[in-house]
Amino acid sequence: MKRVRARLRRTPIGLGIVICFFVLALVGPWIAPYDPLMIDLLHEYEPPSWTHLLGTGDNGIDILSALLHGARLAAIVSVVVVGVSVVFGTLLGTWAGYVGRLTDHVITGIADLVQAFPAIVLNIAILALVARPGLMHLIVALAVNGWVLYARLARAEALTLREREFVEAARALGVPTHQILSRHVVPNLLGPLVIQATTGLGVVILAESTLSFLGLGPGKAVSWGALLDQGTSVLLRFPHVALFSGGAIAVTVLGFNLTGDWLRDRLDPRLR
Amino acid sequence: MVRMMSPGLLRYLLGRVLRALLTVVGLVTIVFLLVRLIPGDPVEAILGDQAGPEEKAELRRALDLDRPVGQQYLSFLGDMADGSMGTSFRRPDRSVWSMMREVLPHTIVLAIAALLVAWSVAIPLGTIAAARAGRGWDKIASTVAVAGLAIPNIWLGPLLILAFGVKLGWLPLPGDDLAGPEALILPAVTVGTAFAAVLTRQTRAAMIEVLAQQYITAARARGVPSVPLLLRHALRNAMLPVMTIGAAQLGALLSGTIVTEKIFERPGLGTLFLDAFFARDIPVVQGCVLIIAVIYVVVNLVVDLAYGVVDPRVRLS
Repeated sequence: MKRVRARLRRTPIGLGIVICFFVLALVGPWIAPYDPLMIDLLHEYEPPSWTHLLGTGDNGIDILSALLHGARLAAIVSVVVVGVSVVFGTLLGTWAGYVGRLTDHVITGIADLVQAFPAIVLNIAILALVARPGLMHLIVALAVNGWVLYARLARAEALTLREREFVEAARALGVPTHQILSRHVVPNLLGPLVIQATTGLGVVILAESTLSFLGLGPGKAVSWGALLDQGTSVLLRFPHVALFSGGAIAVTVLGFNLTGDWLRDRLDPRLR
Repeated sequence: MVRMMSPGLLRYLLGRVLRALLTVVGLVTIVFLLVRLIPGDPVEAILGDQAGPEEKAELRRALDLDRPVGQQYLSFLGDMADGSMGTSFRRPDRSVWSMMREVLPHTIVLAIAALLVAWSVAIPLGTIAAARAGRGWDKIASTVAVAGLAIPNIWLGPLLILAFGVKLGWLPLPGDDLAGPEALILPAVTVGTAFAAVLTRQTRAAMIEVLAQQYITAARARGVPSVPLLLRHALRNAMLPVMTIGAAQLGALLSGTIVTEKIFERPGLGTLFLDAFFARDIPVVQGCVLIIAVIYVVVNLVVDLAYGVVDPRVRLS
């Protein structure tokens, strides 16, 4: 019992939040008490009660149900965006770092431009390409910003790995470049990439919420950000809508940040 | 100042300015191409579904949308060069620049206020945390920084309004008269908090590194009191990496002002940009992206040049 408690204390709260988030995203739509799009005009903006645990919002929708469905959207968007970003970022970054020269200049230049430019402005400009932005467009827009972090990381690692003896030995033995990259360089990237991706999931969830909040989210889907937008417009009379939806975003993002820090401490002994 | 400029420095300056100009032209061209690809028809968006074909054709002609893209690009470049940045689709009597000039001061004031909030929190907090690394104050500062990073500004804004506007009634609510400076406090805190958190972490890390160096130990041994030691000897050298991060966060700062202007119903570049986007007012969308690009390029240029002032060693690198 004592040992369990000691282990619990060392298990970070952030990881608990992250696990909760993914479990709720998975089962949430099934355990949600109501349909999040069900209109009930008689019970609009009711404070929390036993029938509606977190109260009701715009058109009388049940906020708890909307949050549970929103969790699934946030999970899908964040996992897909981070997945795509990691793949593209790692490919481009290792390539730039290992090959160097012009390739490196071009890729680093684009990365610099994307990273420093206001993310929201870039996202809006991309979403502006389509008449009715849907889930796919949102994912593409977010991935356009997303790959940069992983590319930087991969490039920096590839630059140092290129000079290491075991890579040089492989090169001397005549191992082709793509095999050196896939067998020797990329596996060494896994630790830093996992850390970055964990924090990255939180960043994407926040970005999705922000775009939905600004009214640029995927049309019909239930999103935390869109709910917060509704809540902000009735903030002075019915604060519970904004409090709960914003709280969900904040707690989830905090969870991913804490987990990222915790992983960094564990996986990278240099920082201890 | 002029006497200090060697030919090498001058060449470096010119090179940096030229590169900044090229970046702006590149960004403008990309924006022009992107915006032309919008599938939604701006003419339909302006006139609505009821408009007849002649009416549409007339507006299309008036807006130059019937000409080939190449000609549109040339006249677009001309509009950019003469400073008008074209004419708004929604308000044919207004040039884009005049619309932006009207709202730009609100955004700039908000951004500067947010920076003031961020720096005035981050530098003392980061310095104290570094001076007391690993102890109570450090833990408090770290917790504040983590919390500040985690609270999204889309939630922080509403929370601040509820706390200081509704419950305490100290500060004006969104939509109240914007004349007073107190209406700026909550928006500035909303934008500045995440920024303060990042800068606190950076200041702490940079200060810890500097404080471990030998010249600090030497100064301490000479009997320099701890406050001047921290402020004069350590902080100045620690500021260089912090400034780099500060400049890299400019994008986040501008993103933050867009969101905050919506929350607090403030006029500004963000509000103009979003309105223009939803109305498919292409010239205004272009103008907003251009002005944001220019701000970003100019600030980065200034920060690059400011390194030379803070640390003479980097002047020519």
